[in-house]
Amino acid sequence: MKHPPPPLDRRRRRLTGWLAALPLSLALGQGVVAAPPPTAEVNSTGLAVTDDSVTVGILHSVTGTMAISETGSVQAEKLAIDQINAMGGVLGRKIDYIQEDGASDWPTFAEKAKKLLVNDKVAAVFGCWTSASRKAVLPVFEQYNGMLYYPTFYEGLEQSPNVIYTGQEATQQIIAGIDWVVREKGAKTFYLLGSDYIWPRTSNKIARKHIEKLGLKVVGEEYYPLGHTQFNSVINKIKLRKPDVIYAIVVGGSNVAFYKQLKAAGIDMTKENPLVLTISVTEDEILGIGGENIVGAYAAMKYFQSLDNANNAAFVKAFKAKWGDDIVIGDVTQAAYLGPWLWKAAVEKAGSFDVDKVREASPGIELTTAPEGYVRVHENHHLWSKTRIGRAKRDGQYELVFETEELMEPDPFPEGYQ
Amino acid sequence: MFSEYSGSELVSIFAMQGFAGLILFAVLVLMALGLAIIFGQMGVINMAHGEFMILGAYITYFTSMLFASQFPDLFAGYFFVAMALAFVATFALGTLVEWSMIRFLYRRPLDTLLATWGLSLILQQFYRSVFGAREVGVTIPEWMMGSYAITDTIEIPINGIFVMILTLVIATWLYFLMYRSNWGKQVRAVVQNRPMAAAVGINTEKVDRLTFGLGCGIAGVAGSAFTMIGSTGPTSGQLYIVDTFLVVVFGGAGSLLGTIVSAFGISQAQSTMEFFLSGSMAKVLTLLTVVGVLMLRPQGLLALKIRK
Repeated sequence: MKHPPPPLDRRRRRLTGWLAALPLSLALGQGVVAAPPPTAEVNSTGLAVTDDSVTVGILHSVTGTMAISETGSVQAEKLAIDQINAMGGVLGRKIDYIQEDGASDWPTFAEKAKKLLVNDKVAAVFGCWTSASRKAVLPVFEQYNGMLYYPTFYEGLEQSPNVIYTGQEATQQIIAGIDWVVREKGAKTFYLLGSDYIWPRTSNKIARKHIEKLGLKVVGEEYYPLGHTQFNSVINKIKLRKPDVIYAIVVGGSNVAFYKQLKAAGIDMTKENPLVLTISVTEDEILGIGGENIVGAYAAMKYFQSLDNANNAAFVKAFKAKWGDDIVIGDVTQAAYLGPWLWKAAVEKAGSFDVDKVREASPGIELTTAPEGYVRVHENHHLWSKTRIGRAKRDGQYELVFETEELMEPDPFPEGYQ
Repeated sequence: MFSEYSGSELVSIFAMQGFAGLILFAVLVLMALGLAIIFGQMGVINMAHGEFMILGAYITYFTSMLFASQFPDLFAGYFFVAMALAFVATFALGTLVEWSMIRFLYRRPLDTLLATWGLSLILQQFYRSVFGAREVGVTIPEWMMGSYAITDTIEIPINGIFVMILTLVIATWLYFLMYRSNWGKQVRAVVQNRPMAAAVGINTEKVDRLTFGLGCGIAGVAGSAFTMIGSTGPTSGQLYIVDTFLVVVFGGAGSLLGTIVSAFGISQAQSTMEFFLSGSMAKVLTLLTVVGVLMLRPQGLLALKIRK
């Protein structure tokens, strides 16, 4: 512990402090006068923008069953907003946010979205997680012309002028993963497994088409109701069919049950016989599953907390400083972090907070500071991004084993895969 | 579907599938016993049953953390301590809930439904605020995880065997408690005729409180055991509640034997169909069968005959 300096010393330091601050405040004073354009100029549609602030919305579930997944996204968005404010905000305006709780209930999402757009007149909304909640708010955003930054990897088949999709759509995640497992592991047969709703079903459909295009074989395809906790029968079926790869898109509480029971049934994933490849387990999910139960499985997505680059090191450090050392960061959390930054870049390019101008400015926006590396917004409002394969380790982190050399082009309406 | 497999492969797969059915049976019984006692003996539908289970799971989680940091040598055996603690904690919470809420609602069965549902929401949010919204991973001792190879091709999950033994022990204990002990006699007397039981000197309030606590306690033990096969999070209890109600209602209220018979029927039907059909279709067919049977026998498979 440091002792306080003697009084004389302290007084001297204060004096020098003032002297040192003098040129700085002069410089800042000039900056403030020069930088922010007048409010009327940057806001012609009556958004919640004042001379020194702009209000945005955060719309996620912090209660109900989806709170498990959405908590990370909220934390990432708040961190990004804090960092942008520390850098001087957007067009010289500090970002304020209004947070609403979708409560894991889709009509509530729609209602809260309307409140944010109509009553609060927010300039943009960062939010939603499940496809169901996005579908519920979509008509609201289109009717009141809002802008939504949506972070989750999802099934594609959608492209709204009012949404920027910062996660990967299905083909980006799936095709590179299957190509890799075929090329590197010599996989010939696949068993597709998923929870029974739109994302796993659409994704497995794309996976099946791609596997069959490669001339390989799908030996089984199965769906279990959301929340299903007994996987012994399907594990026996998998043992009977002996696939090279179990392609698993199980979500939520079922995820935990599936991997625990897979291990208990004597399938050691480190032996890769069969190999497990998933697109639905991020570091967040491993917290609940337990690293020792999933060690050896492969995941195909665009971001892992363990990525070794300077952007990511700074991001992980800032995230832990704000939210605690024990926290883990998954793919969606990183995608949520991109939202405010992409919005800031688009606003600055447009020179305006108006939603129409931001939309026009969005395609082509680049982010060189993204934790996942360089990303760029496509004409179709999705992101160009790399796809990576990670292997789960005992400590709950992924070890990067492969990444695509090029950015994968987002293709929400893949021809020949529907 | 089977033509490309050899006879011995098929035998071992069917043996493993048979065990899968038995494990599911044990899981369903363990889930449903606590609810069956409360529903059957007291006529209270405890919608917060799943949340009591998850309390047991959280207790297991904290016990595992405690052992890992304080007594790492004894970690292999922490699970038994955790189950005992889970029982004590959920029993205590159960009696508290009965004392503070349920006992005022015995004459209003629909209100108990609402009240316990409210309780389940309160508990969920409590877990979320106190333990965090994310799921926690419970570390299971290594010896309980792998599988036991009976032959080269037949492997049985050890946690499944563990659940089966646990269910057997608890069901036997319950049998002796309800049908061979003095206390059980009092409980059954209260179920059959409450004023008469009170008239002969049975403290019916105390019987109610302990019965409710016992049901919750068993739910806690079940939740503790299910950390081996499922997730532990604020809303994980919801994953079990539908199956639990299904088993109890199908078996017939008030009959513990009915609960066991119904769990057996549902588990065998479900695991057989899951093997031959897809998972979702198996669930649909199971539910349709249950609905069909309940239309013909609204009182459930085995109903207790009592004078109304």
